[in-house]
Amino acid sequence: MVRIGASTVPPGLPGLDPRFSHVLCVPDGGSPAGARASGGAGVAASGDEWHYLDNGPDLAARGIEPVGTVLAVHGNPTWSYLWRDLVDLATERAVVAAAATGERPGGVPGAWRVVAVDQLEMGLSARSGRHRTLPERVADLGAFTAELGLSGPVVTLGHDWGGVVSLSWAVDHPELLTGVALLNTAVHQPDGVAIPAPLRLALAPGVHRAGTSSTPAFLETTLALAHPRLPADVADAYRLPYRTADDRAGIEGFVADIPADAEHPSRPELDRIATGVAALDVPALLLWGPRDPVFSDRYLDDLIGRLPQARVHRFEGAGHLVAEDVDYAAPVLDWLRGVALGAEQEPVPGMEGQSGRNLLFGTEGFGGRGPIWTGLDERAADPATRAESAVLDMSGSGPGTVTWRALDRQVRRIAAGLHSIGVRRGDRVSLLVQPGPTLTALVYACLRIGAVVVVADAGLGVRGLTRAQRGAWPQYLVGQTKALAAARACGWPGVRISADPLDAVTRRALGVHHELVDVARAGEGHELPPEPGPQDEAAVLFTSGSTGPAKGVVYTHAQLSALRDVLAGHYAVRPESGLVTGFAPFALLGPALGTRSVTPDMDVSAPRTLTARAVADAVRASDARIVFLSPAAILNVVATADALGDADREALERVETFLSTGAPISAELLGSAQALMPNARAHTPYGMTECLLVTDIDLDGIREAASAPDDGVCVGRPIMGAAVGGVTVSALDDDGAATGPPSSGPEVHGVLGEVLVSAPHLKQRYDRLWLTDRAAERDTPPGRWHRTGDVGHLDAEGRLWIEGRLAHVLTTAEGPLAPVGPEQTIERVAAVRRAAVVGVGPAGVQQAVAVLELADGVRRPGLAPEGLGAAVRATSSVPLAAVLVVPQMPTDVRHNSKIDRARLARWADGVLAGGRVGAP
Amino acid sequence: MTVLVTGASGLLGGAVARVLVERGDGVRTLQRRPSGVAGAEGVAGSVTDPAVVARALDGVDAVVHLAAKVSLAGDPAEFEQVNVGGTQVLLDAAERAGVRRFVQVSSPSVAHAGSSLVGVGAEPADPVRARGEYARTKAASELLALSRDGAAARRDDGSARASLSVRNPGLNPDEQRRSQPGDLRVVAVRPHAVWGPGDTQLVERIIDRARSGRLPLLGHGAALIDTTYVDNAAEGIVAALDRLQDSPEVVRGRAYVLTNGEPRTVADLLTGICRAGGVAPPRWRVPAKLARGAGGLVEAVWGVRPGADEPPMTRFLAEQLSTAHWFDQRSTWAELRWRPRVSIDEGMRRLAAHYGGAV
Repeated sequence: MVRIGASTVPPGLPGLDPRFSHVLCVPDGGSPAGARASGGAGVAASGDEWHYLDNGPDLAARGIEPVGTVLAVHGNPTWSYLWRDLVDLATERAVVAAAATGERPGGVPGAWRVVAVDQLEMGLSARSGRHRTLPERVADLGAFTAELGLSGPVVTLGHDWGGVVSLSWAVDHPELLTGVALLNTAVHQPDGVAIPAPLRLALAPGVHRAGTSSTPAFLETTLALAHPRLPADVADAYRLPYRTADDRAGIEGFVADIPADAEHPSRPELDRIATGVAALDVPALLLWGPRDPVFSDRYLDDLIGRLPQARVHRFEGAGHLVAEDVDYAAPVLDWLRGVALGAEQEPVPGMEGQSGRNLLFGTEGFGGRGPIWTGLDERAADPATRAESAVLDMSGSGPGTVTWRALDRQVRRIAAGLHSIGVRRGDRVSLLVQPGPTLTALVYACLRIGAVVVVADAGLGVRGLTRAQRGAWPQYLVGQTKALAAARACGWPGVRISADPLDAVTRRALGVHHELVDVARAGEGHELPPEPGPQDEAAVLFTSGSTGPAKGVVYTHAQLSALRDVLAGHYAVRPESGLVTGFAPFALLGPALGTRSVTPDMDVSAPRTLTARAVADAVRASDARIVFLSPAAILNVVATADALGDADREALERVETFLSTGAPISAELLGSAQALMPNARAHTPYGMTECLLVTDIDLDGIREAASAPDDGVCVGRPIMGAAVGGVTVSALDDDGAATGPPSSGPEVHGVLGEVLVSAPHLKQRYDRLWLTDRAAERDTPPGRWHRTGDVGHLDAEGRLWIEGRLAHVLTTAEGPLAPVGPEQTIERVAAVRRAAVVGVGPAGVQQAVAVLELADGVRRPGLAPEGLGAAVRATSSVPLAAVLVVPQMPTDVRHNSKIDRARLARWADGVLAGGRVGAP
Repeated sequence: MTVLVTGASGLLGGAVARVLVERGDGVRTLQRRPSGVAGAEGVAGSVTDPAVVARALDGVDAVVHLAAKVSLAGDPAEFEQVNVGGTQVLLDAAERAGVRRFVQVSSPSVAHAGSSLVGVGAEPADPVRARGEYARTKAASELLALSRDGAAARRDDGSARASLSVRNPGLNPDEQRRSQPGDLRVVAVRPHAVWGPGDTQLVERIIDRARSGRLPLLGHGAALIDTTYVDNAAEGIVAALDRLQDSPEVVRGRAYVLTNGEPRTVADLLTGICRAGGVAPPRWRVPAKLARGAGGLVEAVWGVRPGADEPPMTRFLAEQLSTAHWFDQRSTWAELRWRPRVSIDEGMRRLAAHYGGAV
């Protein structure tokens, strides 16, 4: 076969400037031949001709010395065109940075050279007709960078099988290496796990050649993986170097080189790389598209295990061609800035424990009361209390009671048992078990051995849960039959452990590896492994998903302990208090608080089934003084109050503290509930999955706030310790962006802004959502702060008022406008059940529009009747361009309370532009 | 200071003249019918007549030019003659007379082509894309007026000047001095859908049609439309005139859309006007698409009909009443230093007081 030389790119490829295109000949062990600035296809005399993108000459011509080089390696069957946006943006940012800082010895901070190669036989690089193996490709790239004279510092970047090649270069050039970045790739195929189905197919005899080179099937299949579809001209650019079967020989060769099993000739090299990567201690970045039929989250999890220091972001909805699906170039360059500044050298918080650095912390690291299981340990050790009830379960015929001693024993058995089946510190264990004594024991067992509990609410639905399970990628999953069936059907990751006993057939059908009862038995009498440290990760809690896909929120042990302490401190929870709770997160805190907890007889996944009788029964059985309920549960408790007998009422009279948690509640409903518990102080705290307790207000406070002129819902005052943290507000600018300096001082009183929180019990970070973390921590003061995405204001008395979500703020010609305040004024109109205020028109000149759900309902969406429109306008605190009615608001599934204002706004925009009037 | 207001027999022209009279300016008006503005000196005649215009401009410092042929249909030549020719005559004469300030009252329709307008600013006038003879000729006249702004004229290569001199060979040296480039300051103001008591163009047509049951809602009547209460429009125009004096560098050569800044749905507006007029609001609907098609048809039929009456529906009107038309008022507020003082609701109350209806 004739050797075909390399060529530079033709003009006109979308997004790729030909000035970045170069050809370099790497002689066959001969003398350097040097780079050619341009060239056409030709016959290469000797040596390998490489085509590559490089902004180096361009930067040099501008007199800009970069701080380092990104060496980017594409996969199969793409080519360096994949990296065009990075080359372009890196150049643009370098020019901007140079203009800002001038020339600097050692390079301009923010200026990076990008060298993106076309691997040999691929892209516009030379064709020799030879199939290259992984060791050869590794050697080829080394020869190329030597010929190019690449000097450090270098950050490698790879995608697909280019990830492997780039990492091999990284492992082989420690003296030059300063970081590694990867898009969907893999370096390790676990034994016994089949390679991904699409690759098995591509390798199948009879399919391999036909699928990869004779026809463009493999190429076309890969291009079709983009979400959304690639524009036609971009897809054509990817096809450019692969027009004929000969052009595609490299694709065939690459597929043939996939080390599908342990005997494959390239397997030893792959194993060498995989091992070498685990020893890398340079900063790492993993950007991932989860909708990838080849490189699934399994491989991401493997990479995180090898590169625990990595910054990780999963782009929900993006797939294999993540570089085409999302803007990856800006995050890469943002991260590189950190690498250059040395900021990325700091260990990732929460990772210290895995390297044993938690020995530096004493138990004080947990907060005043020690680790989360301290309360349980103390009650169980104390002869005076160990025979008392720790957990009561009111479901079924009568109260089931677990004593402190029994709970402690069960926690230790399960903990040791989990350890014996291989659960280790840092391993994730997904818990899909209904609240009750079993879940409680499981949670404390996992925490005790440093396993990270993953908790996602069943309210997310199967699709939401699937996303959550794939995202968190737990190593173990403990569930009841329903959850195990879903796990089996939807391919949720994790070794399956059944919480319930199963017959052999079901067990096999569900792919269950262990039953909890056996696990606990195996742990009987075994020593527990060492305790985790305060900075070790303890839990991944999923958000409700009412504002986009549910996000995993990571908590450390210290943060969970802090949550327990703030709860105990603020609500004066004592060992003798006792908790009745129909709200799962708090039910689990009973043992941590060292007080008994009881779940009333109810379907915990449907809080609106809770009756007043069930609450009274639970209070009487446990003699509890504190009751936690969600607003949906309270609604039904109030509605079923007539069924209470004298004994029930008497029991409820003993309640001292009553909390409504989880969603906002009206003063009327809270008042009605308090009437059932006349001696209780009714509270409603404000918080979020990221910080479960931020502020608190009691019923008197709510009534007092009702006479204040402020817009929004008054959620009271911050409850975290005054010494650290608190609540600040970052004022919104005219574009509705929270750009004001965060403050709680008089200058922000009454000023609409984004709410920021800081507390010892604030989350550690989001899970595998580095960009979301960065956004939540953008421009925050020193310390750990979190931008909540809620907007509101502080008043002169230090009370916080919530006025909506940042994403729902209208930007009118008069400035930003938050929806909740005006909605409250509109809801005073008797005919209105619920109101949403949304903006129509372009940002900056939006008009406010009211969308109503009526008490009597309407059959069709449309303009409000004349009289209602006038009444609403007369009451509204803001001018309204239009008043619309809908049969039903689009809301979240879980609470049916969070209105999807973004969707309503899009709908109203169409209707009021004269478009069709469909359902919102 | 003396201001010439053309077209003062109309609703808006009369309102502008009254605002100027009330604040003590000398006001002369030029129109074919008596303006009825107390305290103003009326000159009767057409803006297309150079002799009348020259007489009207004698001793005048500033011009507010509203006179135009406003109609949904008619002879294109007549639109051209009045709207473009009249503006040309007035500008030429104003330069000769040493007028320093010129407010060209225009229309947002000069800059759009029938699609829905949502929160847009004042785009440049476009006689090619504008829909209908009125909008086309108003676009041409606005461009003409703005090109005669002294700053704009200086930017040109002077050819326009030369042709002006050629056309006016009889200028005496004094007049030559007074008409140096750079002396005339021009601003265009585009009020949208002006209404108020006594408005024969919009309000009374709606009331008449509703009374005779010929007023349908087009589509759902849900398109948002910006309108301008007449007093606000008049004050905005006077504000523009004043800015030409005190901040010419900000406003000269520019166009501003002027509205109440309170877009409302077509249904709300029609209902409000009908109630104010004491008639029942429209109860029947015509699909918007049908109305647009029918409008085009009616337009064609009316084109071959003798007589001066107006068609009941045109394509332009159908589009106006079934697609959103509302505007970004930020630069208008900031640069004219003006805000509407009469809200839509207050305007409706005044309308009701005038026509004896309810609000």
